[in-house]
Amino acid sequence: MAALSLEFLQPAFMQRALLAAVLVGMSAPAIGTYLVQRRMALMGDGIGHVALFGVAIGLALGAAPVLTAVVVAALGAVAIEVLRERGTASGDVALALLFYGGIAGGVVTIGLSASASNANLLAYLFGSLTTVAPEDLRLIAILAGLVLAVTLGLSRWLFAVCYDEEFAKVAGLPVRALNLVIAVSAAVTVTVAMRVVGVLLVSALMVVPVATAQQLSRGFRSTLALALALGVVYAVAGVIFSYYADTAPGASIVVLGIAGFALVSALAGIGRTVSQRRRSDLGEIYEDDVVLEA
Amino acid sequence: MTRQPPAIDARDLTVSLNGRPTLRGISIRVEQGEVVALLGANGSGKSTLVRTLVGLVPAQSGQIELYGVPLERFKDWYRIGYVPQRVTAVSAVPATVREVVSSGRLARHRIGQPLSRVDQAAVGSALDTVGLAARAGENVAALSGGQQQRVLIARALAGQPDLLVLDEPLAGVDLTTQRLLADTLADLVAHGSTILLVAHELGPLDGLIARAVVLRHGVVAHDGAPPVAAGHHGQPGHDHVHPHDPVGTVEQEARWLR
Repeated sequence: MAALSLEFLQPAFMQRALLAAVLVGMSAPAIGTYLVQRRMALMGDGIGHVALFGVAIGLALGAAPVLTAVVVAALGAVAIEVLRERGTASGDVALALLFYGGIAGGVVTIGLSASASNANLLAYLFGSLTTVAPEDLRLIAILAGLVLAVTLGLSRWLFAVCYDEEFAKVAGLPVRALNLVIAVSAAVTVTVAMRVVGVLLVSALMVVPVATAQQLSRGFRSTLALALALGVVYAVAGVIFSYYADTAPGASIVVLGIAGFALVSALAGIGRTVSQRRRSDLGEIYEDDVVLEA
Repeated sequence: MTRQPPAIDARDLTVSLNGRPTLRGISIRVEQGEVVALLGANGSGKSTLVRTLVGLVPAQSGQIELYGVPLERFKDWYRIGYVPQRVTAVSAVPATVREVVSSGRLARHRIGQPLSRVDQAAVGSALDTVGLAARAGENVAALSGGQQQRVLIARALAGQPDLLVLDEPLAGVDLTTQRLLADTLADLVAHGSTILLVAHELGPLDGLIARAVVLRHGVVAHDGAPPVAAGHHGQPGHDHVHPHDPVGTVEQEARWLR
């Protein structure tokens, strides 16, 4: 029984996929917490679109797609951050142009290149267990380590900037530099997660664990810690599920995550109702007392 | 005898917001240890002025010096405690009262430097000052509006600033909390803090303020003793329910112009 239940650990590609899932499960919610805090939960999605263009360039040139994607995604993230800082209505349209330009540019580039096929593209859109090559794993580990070092090491500074940017400015914090750190970390995370989750669903792994965690915690650091733990659970469980059910791992991870979110929401809702009822029960007792006294 | 530089020295400030001239040649000087209220009707430019003074809004012309250093070269931001005008202190991701107040300590830190015992003590004392020490571990969202305002004041106090700049600290705060904030500020003044605060009207702060600068249409209309509140506005316990009504504005302007 034990041998059967651990069978998914046998293939080398699964070992790599699971290791990547652990790294992605930690780094995606780590940066996602700041994106949610700043009400930019969809930023990861936008960067994902841009990253696809980077992937296409890598495939067309025969270079490592993760490497070209990280460069293009980082440039895209910096552009998004500059537009956000300006905060104008035309910036909103510019963001849309950037996102759609990224994904369309990616698809066209792949179409034009002789060596790459649409099948390759699909693996990057929704993730694939078999695409995590040994040389990818090392790069993923380094990049995920960087993201975690930054997001956890600078957590108080990043929190201050995301919580109240104006206060942070008056406190003399290097707000622009910290914003760029967030943008580039988000881009790196997208690239790290791309292999397992796919660029279209990367954002979900950044956001869903955070949305789940924040229903259970009172503080920022506890939300961050819980989101990291949930991210690892969702990512690993999703990869295992996808191995047995032969589904795209990204979609499996996200479906599991959303199920977890719904479950926690329901339980939290029941918890609130119970405590409210208990309070109103107490109220009734007091009312009874008043009646008796009268 | 060398004279201490003023905490704030701004000359001939001109600021336009969205192409509309908001400040039109304002000069204001706040000496160290002074407590100054910035008064005026809505749209008079008082909030824009403090935001310009702390560097959040660029001035088209004029000079600003903080503690004798031109704003663009000013580095000692830990000396400034800023309390922005906020409707709420609730964050998108939950944050505890202590986490928010602790972020006020970062002005005194290099990036990556961990919180020391001195920092913890300063955060604890800031929480004590605003009477929220018992709520430190709670989610800010669980607090009332007035308590959230106190969280933001504690955040500014945590950095142990020399100059406290408060933008409408009494807005949307009930009278009991207003009195508590007034006591807090009186305490700080007694300890030598310099304070510049924006207010719609002084209310419980009346006894604390020796000097008021009244703005009207982007220029200084009055600088000196606080104007005496007229009619029912002056009565203790008066609750200004509709600070934005046109009648109130006219009434207030009439008061400033006397």
